[in-house]
Amino acid sequence: MEGTTVLGRLTWQAATVARLATETPRVTTIAFEVPGWPGHQAGQHLDVRLTAEDGYQAERSYSIASAPDGTRIELTVVRIDDGEVSPYLTGDLRPGDQIELRGPVGGYFVWEPDDGGPLLLVGGGSGVAPLMAMVRLRAAADSAVDTRLLVSSRSWEEIIYRDELERLAGDGLTVVHTLTASAPPGWAGYARRVDAEMLAQVGPGPAERPRVYVCGPTPFVEAVAEALVGLGHQPQAIKTERFGPTGS
Amino acid sequence: MPPIISRGFGGRRRGDAPPGRVPPGQYVTRDYPVLSAGPTPHTPLDRWDFSITGEVAEPRRWTWEEFRELPAEDVTVDIHCVTKWTKLDTMWRGVSVDTLLAGIGTTAGYVIQFSDGGYTTNLPLADVRDGKAWVVFDYDGGPLPPQHGGPARMLVPHLYFWKSAKWVRGLRLQTVDEPGFWEVNGYHNYGDPWREQRYWGD
Repeated sequence: MEGTTVLGRLTWQAATVARLATETPRVTTIAFEVPGWPGHQAGQHLDVRLTAEDGYQAERSYSIASAPDGTRIELTVVRIDDGEVSPYLTGDLRPGDQIELRGPVGGYFVWEPDDGGPLLLVGGGSGVAPLMAMVRLRAAADSAVDTRLLVSSRSWEEIIYRDELERLAGDGLTVVHTLTASAPPGWAGYARRVDAEMLAQVGPGPAERPRVYVCGPTPFVEAVAEALVGLGHQPQAIKTERFGPTGS
Repeated sequence: MPPIISRGFGGRRRGDAPPGRVPPGQYVTRDYPVLSAGPTPHTPLDRWDFSITGEVAEPRRWTWEEFRELPAEDVTVDIHCVTKWTKLDTMWRGVSVDTLLAGIGTTAGYVIQFSDGGYTTNLPLADVRDGKAWVVFDYDGGPLPPQHGGPARMLVPHLYFWKSAKWVRGLRLQTVDEPGFWEVNGYHNYGDPWREQRYWGD
Protein backbone atom coordinates (compact mmCIF):
# COMPACT_ATOMS: atom_id res chain seq x y z
CA MET A 1 0.00 0.00 0.00
CA GLU A 2 2.09 2.87 -1.26
CA GLY A 3 -0.64 5.17 0.05
CA THR A 4 1.00 5.05 3.47
CA THR A 5 3.66 7.34 2.05
CA VAL A 6 2.55 10.47 3.79
CA LEU A 7 6.00 11.99 3.86
CA GLY A 8 8.11 12.54 0.81
CA ARG A 9 11.22 10.50 0.22
CA LEU A 10 13.96 11.09 2.75
CA THR A 11 16.57 12.56 0.47
CA TRP A 12 20.29 12.87 1.12
CA GLN A 13 21.15 16.32 2.33
CA ALA A 14 24.41 18.19 2.68
CA ALA A 15 25.40 18.66 6.31
CA THR A 16 28.18 21.06 7.27
CA VAL A 17 30.25 20.39 10.37
CA ALA A 18 29.72 23.33 12.71
CA ARG A 19 31.54 22.12 15.78
CA LEU A 20 33.36 19.10 17.18
CA ALA A 21 33.49 18.41 20.88
CA THR A 22 35.46 15.71 22.67
CA GLU A 23 33.16 13.97 25.15
CA THR A 24 35.56 11.26 26.31
CA PRO A 25 38.80 9.87 24.89
CA ARG A 26 36.82 7.68 22.48
CA VAL A 27 33.67 9.72 21.98
CA THR A 28 33.13 12.85 19.92
CA THR A 29 30.01 14.93 19.44
CA ILE A 30 29.66 16.46 16.00
CA ALA A 31 27.25 19.36 15.46
CA PHE A 32 25.99 19.77 11.90
CA GLU A 33 24.20 22.57 10.16
CA VAL A 34 21.63 21.01 7.78
CA PRO A 35 19.74 23.73 5.88
CA GLY A 36 16.93 21.44 4.74
CA TRP A 37 16.50 19.58 8.02
CA PRO A 38 12.77 18.87 8.47
CA GLY A 39 12.99 18.61 12.27
CA HIS A 40 12.95 15.48 14.39
CA GLN A 41 11.56 13.88 17.53
CA ALA A 42 13.73 13.09 20.52
CA GLY A 43 14.88 9.48 20.16
CA GLN A 44 14.97 9.32 16.36
CA HIS A 45 18.03 8.45 14.31
CA LEU A 46 19.45 9.27 10.91
CA ASP A 47 21.67 7.79 8.24
CA VAL A 48 25.13 9.09 7.44
CA ARG A 49 26.72 8.50 4.03
CA LEU A 50 30.40 8.90 3.21
CA THR A 51 31.67 8.80 -0.37
CA ALA A 52 35.29 8.04 -1.23
CA GLU A 53 37.03 9.75 -4.14
CA ASP A 54 36.48 6.71 -6.35
CA GLY A 55 32.75 6.71 -5.65
CA TYR A 56 32.70 3.96 -3.01
CA GLN A 57 30.06 4.70 -0.39
CA ALA A 58 29.47 3.60 3.18
CA GLU A 59 26.30 4.24 5.20
CA ARG A 60 25.67 4.01 8.92
CA SER A 61 22.84 4.91 11.30
CA TYR A 62 23.32 7.15 14.34
CA SER A 63 20.93 8.33 17.03
CA ILE A 64 20.34 12.05 17.17
CA ALA A 65 21.62 13.39 20.49
CA SER A 66 20.24 16.93 20.27
CA ALA A 67 16.75 18.17 20.98
CA PRO A 68 14.91 19.62 18.00
CA ASP A 69 16.68 22.91 17.27
CA GLY A 70 15.95 24.22 13.81
CA THR A 71 18.58 23.20 11.30
CA ARG A 72 21.17 22.16 13.89
CA ILE A 73 21.63 18.50 14.80
CA GLU A 74 24.22 16.71 16.91
CA LEU A 75 25.52 13.16 16.71
CA THR A 76 27.62 11.52 19.39
CA VAL A 77 29.95 8.99 17.81
CA VAL A 78 32.13 6.36 19.46
CA ARG A 79 35.37 5.66 17.64
CA ILE A 80 35.60 1.97 16.81
CA ASP A 81 39.27 1.51 15.99
CA ASP A 82 38.78 -1.10 13.28
CA GLY A 83 35.51 0.46 12.14
CA GLU A 84 34.91 1.88 8.70
CA VAL A 85 32.98 5.08 9.32
CA SER A 86 33.46 6.12 12.96
CA PRO A 87 37.25 6.73 12.74
CA TYR A 88 36.62 9.14 9.88
CA LEU A 89 33.78 10.95 11.64
CA THR A 90 35.67 11.30 14.91
CA GLY A 91 39.20 11.77 13.58
CA ASP A 92 39.15 13.36 10.14
CA LEU A 93 36.18 15.72 10.04
CA ARG A 94 36.92 19.40 10.60
CA PRO A 95 34.56 22.36 10.98
CA GLY A 96 33.34 23.39 7.54
CA ASP A 97 33.59 19.88 6.07
CA GLN A 98 30.49 18.46 4.48
CA ILE A 99 29.00 14.98 4.54
CA GLU A 100 25.57 13.64 3.63
CA LEU A 101 22.70 12.77 5.96
CA ARG A 102 19.16 11.60 5.57
CA GLY A 103 16.47 11.42 8.19
CA PRO A 104 14.97 11.55 10.66
CA VAL A 105 14.02 7.89 10.91
CA GLY A 106 11.99 5.88 13.41
CA GLY A 107 8.68 6.65 15.04
CA TYR A 108 8.70 4.27 18.00
CA PHE A 109 11.64 5.00 20.30
CA VAL A 110 10.54 8.63 20.68
CA TRP A 111 9.27 10.91 23.41
CA GLU A 112 7.40 14.19 23.23
CA PRO A 113 6.72 16.42 26.25
CA ASP A 114 2.99 15.93 25.66
CA ASP A 115 3.47 12.19 26.16
CA GLY A 116 4.11 12.97 29.81
CA GLY A 117 5.70 10.58 32.26
CA PRO A 118 7.04 9.59 34.61
CA LEU A 119 10.08 8.60 32.59
CA LEU A 120 12.69 5.96 33.30
CA LEU A 121 15.63 6.28 30.92
CA VAL A 122 18.40 3.68 31.06
CA GLY A 123 21.49 4.08 28.89
CA GLY A 124 24.60 1.98 28.51
CA GLY A 125 27.70 3.73 27.14
CA SER A 126 26.85 5.74 24.04
CA GLY A 127 23.30 4.40 24.34
CA VAL A 128 22.73 7.53 26.38
CA ALA A 129 22.67 9.60 23.15
CA PRO A 130 18.97 9.28 22.17
CA LEU A 131 18.03 9.55 25.87
CA MET A 132 19.99 12.81 26.01
CA ALA A 133 17.82 14.13 23.19
CA MET A 134 14.81 13.46 25.42
CA VAL A 135 16.41 15.03 28.50
CA ARG A 136 17.43 18.08 26.48
CA LEU A 137 13.97 18.41 24.97
CA ARG A 138 12.44 18.09 28.42
CA ALA A 139 14.61 20.97 29.61
CA ALA A 140 14.01 23.11 26.53
CA ALA A 141 10.25 22.62 26.88
CA ASP A 142 10.34 23.45 30.61
CA SER A 143 8.71 20.10 31.25
CA ALA A 144 8.47 19.08 34.90
CA VAL A 145 7.90 15.40 34.08
CA ASP A 146 9.43 13.16 36.76
CA THR A 147 12.45 11.72 34.96
CA ARG A 148 15.04 9.25 36.22
CA LEU A 149 18.08 8.79 34.03
CA LEU A 150 20.33 5.86 34.87
CA VAL A 151 23.62 5.91 32.96
CA SER A 152 26.02 2.99 32.91
CA SER A 153 29.59 3.85 31.98
CA ARG A 154 32.87 1.99 32.31
CA SER A 155 34.55 4.71 34.34
CA TRP A 156 34.11 8.29 35.52
CA GLU A 157 36.21 9.50 32.61
CA GLU A 158 34.00 7.67 30.14
CA ILE A 159 30.70 9.22 31.21
CA ILE A 160 29.30 11.00 28.18
CA TYR A 161 27.63 14.42 28.79
CA ARG A 162 28.79 14.31 32.43
CA ASP A 163 28.97 18.06 33.03
CA GLU A 164 25.79 18.87 31.15
CA LEU A 165 23.88 16.21 33.05
CA GLU A 166 25.11 17.71 36.29
CA ARG A 167 23.77 21.09 35.21
CA LEU A 168 20.42 19.70 34.03
CA ALA A 169 19.74 17.63 37.15
CA GLY A 170 17.03 18.97 39.45
CA ASP A 171 13.57 20.24 38.57
CA GLY A 172 12.29 16.68 38.50
CA LEU A 173 15.29 15.18 36.69
CA THR A 174 17.35 12.70 38.71
CA VAL A 175 20.59 11.50 37.15
CA VAL A 176 22.20 8.35 38.54
CA HIS A 177 25.52 6.94 37.37
CA THR A 178 26.90 3.47 37.71
CA LEU A 179 30.52 2.68 36.89
CA THR A 180 31.18 -0.87 35.73
CA ALA A 181 34.96 -1.12 35.30
CA SER A 182 36.62 1.37 37.62
CA ALA A 183 35.54 4.07 40.03
CA PRO A 184 37.51 7.04 41.32
CA PRO A 185 38.69 7.01 44.96
CA GLY A 186 35.88 7.89 47.31
CA TRP A 187 33.16 7.06 44.75
CA ALA A 188 29.97 6.54 46.69
CA GLY A 189 27.70 5.74 43.78
CA TYR A 190 26.88 2.43 42.11
CA ALA A 191 29.86 0.47 40.86
CA ARG A 192 28.35 -2.53 39.11
CA ARG A 193 26.28 -3.51 36.10
CA VAL A 194 22.66 -2.39 36.12
CA ASP A 195 20.53 -4.96 37.94
CA ALA A 196 17.00 -5.31 39.29
CA GLU A 197 17.91 -3.94 42.70
CA MET A 198 19.43 -0.82 41.17
CA LEU A 199 16.45 -0.30 38.86
CA ALA A 200 14.06 -0.66 41.80
CA GLN A 201 16.02 1.94 43.77
CA VAL A 202 16.23 4.40 40.90
CA GLY A 203 12.49 3.97 40.16
CA PRO A 204 9.81 4.92 39.34
CA GLY A 205 8.30 1.55 40.17
CA PRO A 206 5.79 -0.34 38.03
CA ALA A 207 2.87 1.05 40.06
CA GLU A 208 3.67 4.52 38.72
CA ARG A 209 3.50 3.14 35.18
CA PRO A 210 6.55 4.96 33.83
CA ARG A 211 7.41 5.13 30.17
CA VAL A 212 10.67 3.25 29.95
CA TYR A 213 13.38 3.73 27.33
CA VAL A 214 16.46 1.51 27.30
CA CYS A 215 19.34 1.98 24.86
CA GLY A 216 22.77 0.41 24.71
CA PRO A 217 24.71 -2.61 23.54
CA THR A 218 22.63 -5.76 23.05
CA PRO A 219 23.67 -7.63 26.24
CA PHE A 220 23.03 -4.47 28.29
CA VAL A 221 19.56 -3.97 26.84
CA GLU A 222 18.68 -7.65 27.18
CA ALA A 223 19.69 -7.65 30.85
CA VAL A 224 17.97 -4.37 31.72
CA ALA A 225 14.74 -5.19 29.88
CA GLU A 226 14.63 -8.62 31.50
CA ALA A 227 15.15 -7.12 34.96
CA LEU A 228 12.44 -4.51 34.36
CA VAL A 229 9.92 -7.16 33.31
CA GLY A 230 10.92 -9.14 36.39
CA LEU A 231 10.17 -6.10 38.56
CA GLY A 232 6.67 -5.98 37.13
CA HIS A 233 6.94 -3.33 34.42
CA GLN A 234 4.63 -3.98 31.49
CA PRO A 235 6.64 -5.23 28.49
CA GLN A 236 4.66 -2.87 26.23
CA ALA A 237 5.81 0.11 28.31
CA ILE A 238 9.49 -0.74 27.72
CA LYS A 239 10.93 0.61 24.50
CA THR A 240 14.37 -0.59 23.56
CA GLU A 241 17.10 0.28 21.11
CA ARG A 242 19.99 -2.15 20.78
CA PHE A 243 23.24 -1.64 18.95
CA GLY A 244 26.49 -3.29 18.05
CA PRO A 245 28.78 -4.98 17.70
CA THR A 246 28.44 -4.08 14.06
CA GLY A 247 31.93 -3.03 13.08
CA SER A 248 30.73 0.49 12.44
CA MET B 1 22.71 16.40 -5.86
CA PRO B 2 25.94 14.60 -6.74
CA PRO B 3 27.41 12.85 -3.70
CA ILE B 4 29.79 14.86 -1.55
CA ILE B 5 33.29 13.40 -1.66
CA SER B 6 34.93 12.91 1.69
CA ARG B 7 38.61 13.54 1.12
CA GLY B 8 40.75 10.97 2.79
CA PHE B 9 37.90 8.54 3.28
CA GLY B 10 38.97 5.20 1.92
CA GLY B 11 36.48 2.83 3.39
CA ARG B 12 36.86 -0.87 3.93
CA ARG B 13 35.91 -2.32 0.57
CA ARG B 14 33.80 -5.36 0.02
CA GLY B 15 36.88 -7.24 -1.02
CA ASP B 16 35.79 -10.33 0.83
CA ALA B 17 32.24 -10.26 -0.49
CA PRO B 18 31.39 -12.09 -3.70
CA PRO B 19 29.99 -9.68 -6.29
CA GLY B 20 26.21 -9.45 -6.36
CA ARG B 21 25.75 -10.49 -2.74
CA VAL B 22 25.72 -7.13 -0.96
CA PRO B 23 22.81 -4.74 -1.67
CA PRO B 24 23.42 -0.99 -2.00
CA GLY B 25 24.24 0.81 1.25
CA GLN B 26 24.94 -2.44 3.12
CA TYR B 27 28.17 -3.74 4.66
CA VAL B 28 29.13 -7.29 5.54
CA THR B 29 29.36 -8.23 9.19
CA ARG B 30 30.48 -11.44 10.83
CA ASP B 31 28.60 -10.56 14.00
CA TYR B 32 24.92 -11.15 14.44
CA PRO B 33 23.48 -7.89 15.80
CA VAL B 34 20.09 -7.87 17.53
CA LEU B 35 17.31 -5.38 16.84
CA SER B 36 14.06 -5.47 18.75
CA ALA B 37 11.70 -2.78 19.92
CA GLY B 38 11.06 -4.19 23.37
CA PRO B 39 11.97 -6.89 25.89
CA THR B 40 12.62 -10.39 24.60
CA PRO B 41 9.50 -12.53 25.19
CA HIS B 42 9.87 -16.00 26.69
CA THR B 43 6.92 -18.23 25.84
CA PRO B 44 7.16 -21.77 27.25
CA LEU B 45 6.98 -24.39 24.52
CA ASP B 46 3.93 -26.05 26.09
CA ARG B 47 2.06 -22.78 25.59
CA TRP B 48 3.43 -22.10 22.12
CA ASP B 49 1.38 -22.66 19.01
CA PHE B 50 1.44 -21.51 15.43
CA SER B 51 -1.75 -20.61 13.64
CA ILE B 52 -2.97 -19.53 10.24
CA THR B 53 -5.99 -17.28 10.52
CA GLY B 54 -7.93 -14.66 8.60
CA GLU B 55 -9.24 -15.21 5.10
CA VAL B 56 -9.11 -18.99 5.17
CA ALA B 57 -11.91 -21.53 4.96
CA GLU B 58 -10.60 -23.26 8.07
CA PRO B 59 -7.99 -21.80 10.41
CA ARG B 60 -5.04 -24.06 11.18
CA ARG B 61 -3.12 -24.49 14.38
CA TRP B 62 -0.10 -26.52 15.39
CA THR B 63 1.29 -27.11 18.87
CA TRP B 64 5.07 -27.03 19.22
CA GLU B 65 5.19 -30.84 19.04
CA GLU B 66 2.95 -30.93 15.98
CA PHE B 67 4.93 -28.17 14.36
CA ARG B 68 8.21 -30.00 14.87
CA GLU B 69 6.77 -33.09 13.19
CA LEU B 70 6.22 -31.17 9.96
CA PRO B 71 8.79 -31.75 7.23
CA ALA B 72 11.71 -29.36 7.78
CA GLU B 73 14.52 -28.26 5.53
CA ASP B 74 17.95 -26.68 5.86
CA VAL B 75 18.31 -23.24 4.33
CA THR B 76 21.50 -21.24 3.76
CA VAL B 77 20.85 -17.62 2.80
CA ASP B 78 22.18 -14.07 3.06
CA ILE B 79 20.25 -11.70 5.34
CA HIS B 80 20.08 -7.93 5.09
CA CYS B 81 19.12 -5.65 7.99
CA VAL B 82 17.79 -2.16 7.27
CA THR B 83 20.30 -0.82 9.81
CA LYS B 84 22.93 -1.56 7.13
CA TRP B 85 24.48 -4.89 8.02
CA THR B 86 24.42 -7.90 5.75
CA LYS B 87 25.33 -11.36 6.96
CA LEU B 88 26.30 -13.92 4.34
CA ASP B 89 25.59 -17.66 4.33
CA THR B 90 23.47 -17.85 7.46
CA MET B 91 22.28 -21.40 8.17
CA TRP B 92 18.78 -22.17 9.36
CA ARG B 93 16.42 -25.11 9.72
CA GLY B 94 12.68 -24.78 9.60
CA VAL B 95 9.37 -25.42 7.88
CA SER B 96 8.63 -23.89 4.50
CA VAL B 97 5.59 -21.62 4.50
CA ASP B 98 4.49 -23.60 1.43
CA THR B 99 4.09 -26.61 3.72
CA LEU B 100 1.98 -24.57 6.15
CA LEU B 101 -0.22 -23.15 3.40
CA ALA B 102 -0.59 -26.41 1.46
CA GLY B 103 -4.22 -27.04 0.56
CA ILE B 104 -5.44 -23.79 2.10
CA GLY B 105 -7.95 -22.07 -0.11
CA THR B 106 -7.82 -18.31 0.17
CA THR B 107 -8.61 -15.17 -1.76
CA ALA B 108 -6.15 -13.19 0.37
CA GLY B 109 -3.44 -11.20 -1.33
CA TYR B 110 -1.60 -10.18 1.83
CA VAL B 111 -0.23 -11.77 4.95
CA ILE B 112 0.43 -10.30 8.40
CA GLN B 113 3.02 -12.09 10.53
CA PHE B 114 2.17 -11.76 14.22
CA SER B 115 4.39 -12.41 17.21
CA ASP B 116 4.63 -12.66 20.96
CA GLY B 117 5.13 -9.16 22.27
CA GLY B 118 2.75 -7.66 19.73
CA TYR B 119 5.08 -7.25 16.76
CA THR B 120 3.55 -7.45 13.31
CA THR B 121 4.86 -7.11 9.78
CA ASN B 122 2.99 -7.24 6.49
CA LEU B 123 3.79 -8.44 3.02
CA PRO B 124 2.13 -9.70 -0.14
CA LEU B 125 1.16 -13.37 0.18
CA ALA B 126 3.16 -14.11 -2.95
CA ASP B 127 6.32 -13.15 -1.05
CA VAL B 128 6.00 -16.07 1.35
CA ARG B 129 5.12 -18.67 -1.32
CA ASP B 130 7.13 -20.78 -3.76
CA GLY B 131 10.13 -21.43 -1.56
CA LYS B 132 10.66 -17.84 -0.46
CA ALA B 133 9.86 -18.06 3.28
CA TRP B 134 10.23 -20.36 6.27
CA VAL B 135 9.35 -20.59 9.94
CA VAL B 136 12.76 -21.49 11.39
CA PHE B 137 13.69 -22.94 14.79
CA ASP B 138 17.40 -23.72 14.38
CA TYR B 139 20.22 -21.29 13.69
CA ASP B 140 23.77 -22.37 12.88
CA GLY B 141 23.18 -25.94 14.00
CA GLY B 142 21.48 -25.22 17.34
CA PRO B 143 18.17 -24.02 18.73
CA LEU B 144 17.40 -20.42 17.80
CA PRO B 145 18.31 -18.24 20.85
CA PRO B 146 15.46 -16.14 22.32
CA GLN B 147 17.15 -12.83 21.53
CA HIS B 148 17.27 -13.82 17.85
CA GLY B 149 13.60 -14.79 17.84
CA GLY B 150 13.46 -18.27 19.35
CA PRO B 151 11.73 -20.58 19.73
CA ALA B 152 10.73 -19.78 16.14
CA ARG B 153 10.94 -16.84 13.78
CA MET B 154 10.08 -16.10 10.19
CA LEU B 155 12.78 -16.13 7.54
CA VAL B 156 12.00 -14.10 4.42
CA PRO B 157 15.52 -13.45 3.22
CA HIS B 158 14.74 -11.59 -0.01
CA LEU B 159 13.38 -8.63 2.01
CA TYR B 160 14.99 -6.51 4.75
CA PHE B 161 15.13 -8.55 7.93
CA TRP B 162 12.42 -6.65 9.82
CA LYS B 163 10.09 -8.48 7.41
CA SER B 164 11.15 -11.72 9.16
CA ALA B 165 9.26 -11.54 12.46
CA LYS B 166 10.95 -12.87 15.59
CA TRP B 167 8.91 -14.92 18.09
CA VAL B 168 6.36 -15.50 15.34
CA ARG B 169 3.12 -17.17 16.37
CA GLY B 170 1.18 -17.15 13.18
CA LEU B 171 0.15 -15.74 9.84
CA ARG B 172 -3.05 -13.82 9.25
CA LEU B 173 -4.18 -13.84 5.63
CA GLN B 174 -5.99 -10.71 4.48
CA THR B 175 -7.58 -9.38 1.30
CA VAL B 176 -6.40 -5.89 2.20
CA ASP B 177 -2.88 -4.84 3.13
CA GLU B 178 -2.25 -3.46 6.61
CA PRO B 179 1.07 -1.83 7.53
CA GLY B 180 2.76 -3.53 10.49
CA PHE B 181 4.83 -2.28 13.41
CA TRP B 182 7.77 -0.69 11.61
CA GLU B 183 5.74 0.01 8.49
CA VAL B 184 3.65 2.55 10.42
CA ASN B 185 6.81 3.92 12.06
CA GLY B 186 8.60 5.25 9.01
CA TYR B 187 9.82 2.11 7.31
CA HIS B 188 9.00 1.06 3.76
CA ASN B 189 5.89 -1.01 3.18
CA TYR B 190 7.67 -3.62 1.02
CA GLY B 191 11.38 -3.47 1.92
CA ASP B 192 13.35 -4.78 -1.05
CA PRO B 193 17.05 -4.38 -0.14
CA TRP B 194 18.14 -4.46 -3.79
CA ARG B 195 16.01 -1.39 -4.48
CA GLU B 196 17.08 0.10 -1.12
CA GLN B 197 13.48 0.45 0.07
CA ARG B 198 14.35 1.39 3.62
CA TYR B 199 11.95 4.18 4.51
CA TRP B 200 8.65 5.71 3.49
CA GLY B 201 8.94 7.02 -0.04
CA ASP B 202 12.08 5.05 -1.00
